[in-house]
This record gives sequence, C-alpha cells and structure tokens, in this order.
Amino acid sequence: MGKSREALLGPIFNQNPIALQILGICSALAVTSKLETAVTMCFAVIFVTAFSGASVSLIRKHIPSSIRIIVQMTIIASLVIVVDQFLKAYAFDMSKQLSVFVGLIITNCIVMGRAEAFAMKEGVGLSFLDGVGNGLGYSIILLFVGVIRELFGSGQLFGQDILAMASEGGWYVPNGLLLLPPSAFFIIGGFIWILRSFKTDQVEEEG
Amino acid sequence: MLEAYLNLFIKAVFVENIALAFFLGMCTFIAVSKKVSTAFGLGIAVIVVQGITVPINNLVYRHLLKEEALAFLGLGQTDLTFIGLISYIGVIAASVQILEMFLDKFVPSLYNALGIFLPLITVNCAILGGSLFMVERDYGFGESVVYGLGSGIGWALAIVALAGIREKMRYSDVPMGLRGLGITFMTVGLMAMAFMAFSGIQL
Repeated sequence: MGKSREALLGPIFNQNPIALQILGICSALAVTSKLETAVTMCFAVIFVTAFSGASVSLIRKHIPSSIRIIVQMTIIASLVIVVDQFLKAYAFDMSKQLSVFVGLIITNCIVMGRAEAFAMKEGVGLSFLDGVGNGLGYSIILLFVGVIRELFGSGQLFGQDILAMASEGGWYVPNGLLLLPPSAFFIIGGFIWILRSFKTDQVEEEG
Repeated sequence: MLEAYLNLFIKAVFVENIALAFFLGMCTFIAVSKKVSTAFGLGIAVIVVQGITVPINNLVYRHLLKEEALAFLGLGQTDLTFIGLISYIGVIAASVQILEMFLDKFVPSLYNALGIFLPLITVNCAILGGSLFMVERDYGFGESVVYGLGSGIGWALAIVALAGIREKMRYSDVPMGLRGLGITFMTVGLMAMAFMAFSGIQL
C-alpha cells in the first residue's frame, strides 16, 4: 500500500517532474493562457503517461534493450494519436486551439522519462499509478499557471467573468503581461522559488 | 520568390523563434545551457537535424499521407494524415540515426564534438514541433527547407545567448530558492520579452 501511495502522490510535490526534474515544460508554457486549454492538456497528458506506463510495463520483459527507445516511442505515439483523433472528433475547436501541442506530447520528456526510468522496472499496476501521479504533478503546475494567467490577465475563469473589468465599468484593470507568453516563465520561476523555500533539500548548489 | 523565402527565413529565426516564442525544446534548452561551448555544439546539431528532417517530413506528408496523395496507386480517396505523428517521429529517429553513422564514418571530428547530443535530439520537441508547424501551415518543399534551417538557427541563437547569460550569472548573488532552475526560468522570460520586440517585422 505504501509503495503505490508513494508512486501516486510522490510526483506531485516531492518529486514534481516540472519543478524538480525540468521535464516536460515545453508544452506547459504555451497552453496556459486559458484555463480551458490547460485542463484539456492535463487530461491528455495524464491519459498518455498512465497508459504508456502500463503498456510498457506489460511488455517490459519482451523488449530487447537495444531497441527499447523506439518501442516506447511507438507505444507513446500511438496513444497520442488516439488522444488527437478523439479531440478532433469530439472537441474540434479545442483541438484547433491546442494545434501542434497535442502532437508534442510524444516528445514530452515526462512520458518518455517515466517509461524509461519506472515502467521498465516495475509492475503494471504500479507503473499505471506512477503515470497518473506524474501526470497530476504536471497538471498541478499547469493549472496553477493557468488560473493565475486567466484570472489576472483577463479577469475570467473558464471564460466566465470573475473580476469586473475596468473597460466594462468594473474596478479591475487587467494585467496584459500575463496574457503574453513570457509571463508563464515568471510564474513557474516563482512557483519553484516558493516550493524550494519550503523544501530546502531541493535547492541546487551554486554551479 | 527570393523575397518570400527571405521573409520566411527572418520570420523563422527572429519573429517566431521556436524557443522563445513557442517554447519548444525547453527541456534541453534549460538543461544544456550551462556552458557556451556545449550550447554551441547542441545548437549546430539542431540546425543540421532540423534542416534535414523538416524537408523529408514535407515530402512524406505531401506525397504519402495527404488526401489524394496515393492516387497513383489507385487509392485516390485514402487520407492517411491520422498516422502523421507516428511517421514524423519515425522519420526523425531514423534520420538522426543515419546522420550519426554518417558523421562517425566521414566527419569524426564533428561526431566527437556533438557527442551525446545527437541521439538526444530525437526527443527534442523543437524538431517534432518544426515538422508539425510545417504540416499545419502547409508549406511547399522550398519553403520547408528554408523554414527548417531558419527555425534551427533561431533555436541555436537562443540557446547560445542563454548560455552566455548563465555564464555571467555565476558571479551574482541569487536568492537561495531561486538558484539554478528558478533564476534560469526568469532569465528566459526576460529574453522572450526582448524577442517580442521583433514581432510584426515584414520584409
């Protein structure tokens, strides 16, 4: 029980893939200007990490180690195609907004990294949980950034007005910087700062 | 004609810099930018691979996958674009492998200089991203060559610049929690803002 708990919850704070291991930030930044796209991306990534972990783990004893990367890549790419086709069929507008970033889940290092580091060694159930946990760790940062950017950048959450905008007679003057792509870097940088102020063992040595 | 290509090139290098405007290849971008010399080696490798894979994927897309591309086989209605993702990543992995063997045999000095970076490029999102943007924007073959080289050069430029800043930053007193990763994120944010000044440039 303790082990599966660790596999599921460890990646969220103690071993967060984005904040600690710098994995998978490529797509984390580009899709967070709106919460809606961020949430869709989270579900897509959780789905892919969980099932790629489980599938790789299922056949881990039959994969020759010299071609394991390409086998993992094929499994991941197939799962991403499933997600991509699903979004195109049932949420076409969303898939247009996410454009190439769904496809880029293939090269998201979290997925590949977990398949290589965890799923090749552990059992199916545990790998599945580890995948979900890492997906959640990724999601929590994505949602954190998404909420800040949409709430303070355009005064909305999920497209619903929360803060009354000054341009429409309200009181809130939006911070336009947060809608621009670079703001995601400042928010993630700040998040890392906060996280490491509490968990000082994660601080890097002067290098 | 030449003007259009030049415009596309400038756009790919500066205005739509693949690292600082689309944030692709960020994992390696941040992990391998501690020293200028290694950043430079990786930058060259990305330019070469990007310049090769984007045009090849362009051919694969236009002559094999696109709707009605297989008409010469009598399969006029077949639309294979849904297996695009897996084909592009296959092409990228294969070209990196071939390039590695080729360099090892004929240009060993460059092969040693690139070292571990070459195989790592397969999982660099900038490479796959370049191919996916090429498909989304429906570039022709000539445009894809220009775009591939341009986006590769843009990425290399950005990583060398970041490595230069990080080398200088070693002398500064950074707050505890920000050291390493945190301050790098902030730096990249500032660089991205600087690159936004290029937006809207048309030749």
